[in-house]
Amino acid sequence: MNDAALIWSYLASQPLLWLTATLFAYWAGDSLYRLARRNPAANPVMLAVIFLAVLLGITGTPYKDYFEGAQFVHFMLGPATVCLAVPLQANLKAIRKALIPIAAALLAGSFTAIVSALAIAKALGAEAGLLATLAPKSATAPVAIGISEALGGQPTLTAVLVLLTGMIGAIFVTPMMNGLGLKDWRARGFATGVAAHGIGTARAFQVHDTAGAFASIGMGLNAVLTAFLAPLVLPWFL
Amino acid sequence: MVPALAIILACQLAGEVISRAVHLPLPGPVLGMLGMVAALTASDRLREMIRPVAQGLLNHLSLLFVPAGVGVVAHLPTLAAHGPALAVALVASTLLAIVVGAVTFTLVAKLVRSLPDE
Repeated sequence: MNDAALIWSYLASQPLLWLTATLFAYWAGDSLYRLARRNPAANPVMLAVIFLAVLLGITGTPYKDYFEGAQFVHFMLGPATVCLAVPLQANLKAIRKALIPIAAALLAGSFTAIVSALAIAKALGAEAGLLATLAPKSATAPVAIGISEALGGQPTLTAVLVLLTGMIGAIFVTPMMNGLGLKDWRARGFATGVAAHGIGTARAFQVHDTAGAFASIGMGLNAVLTAFLAPLVLPWFL
Repeated sequence: MVPALAIILACQLAGEVISRAVHLPLPGPVLGMLGMVAALTASDRLREMIRPVAQGLLNHLSLLFVPAGVGVVAHLPTLAAHGPALAVALVASTLLAIVVGAVTFTLVAKLVRSLPDE
């Protein structure tokens, strides 16, 4: 074996290489996102995933080996979910003031997101495993991944569907709301957070502060509600 | 930073234990989040301690989705087979959910006279 092959066999057996690659890929994705002036279509996660997928393809590395290194980043999703308590708690007062509209919009938005996705996918021929994977896609990724696991879906595919959902919401929300003539920033933000979680929330903060605050409330509450609704609604479509 | 991290992890740990012990549909970290909301409301000191660490972690929330997202390489056949169904389901349901949520919020807010601050 020559030196290069020895070095590669060391790197391939250690978590260091793919942990480093994950951080660099995200750094590159985030830089491009800033270059594109935070256009939601240039989502940094999607870019990082594409870079890493190409790299894994070129080097012939199986996902399992990649995850040996990337698991340290993945692990932080749990603590990050707990940390969502901070913005949620900071907005408790605003939540109390608009409690009834929030409760109504949360139920309507969360239910619509789950039922319409499952109904359309089933009508177009998706089978049970794919429906379980799709059901939690409007919840924030760490929660959606947990729900998908519990329902017997494929968590990694759920993560991808969650990202796509957020990007779709972020791209279309502003023209759509303007078209409908909806002017209440609380309503616009809240609905975006419920349907399009963190990526939608980031978009809402760019448009208006009140919209952003209500989007983070919507994201947090829908994380909880989806965990209850998805297991209830899924059997209707199986 | 270490005490804050310890408390955050302890919330998640308690959530995981309760979720499994009582067979709740809620994932452990979500229970941990609910517990943390209660704890933050109860203690100003805790709030001061947790906030900077939580902000730091949440600022890089997107990075944490990357490893799971790369899992797409293992699902390319599924995506190829169901691409159109998934695409239609995602776009239609996301846009529908935003419209239904925003319209519901606006109508109910008018009904109960909950006005925006501005």
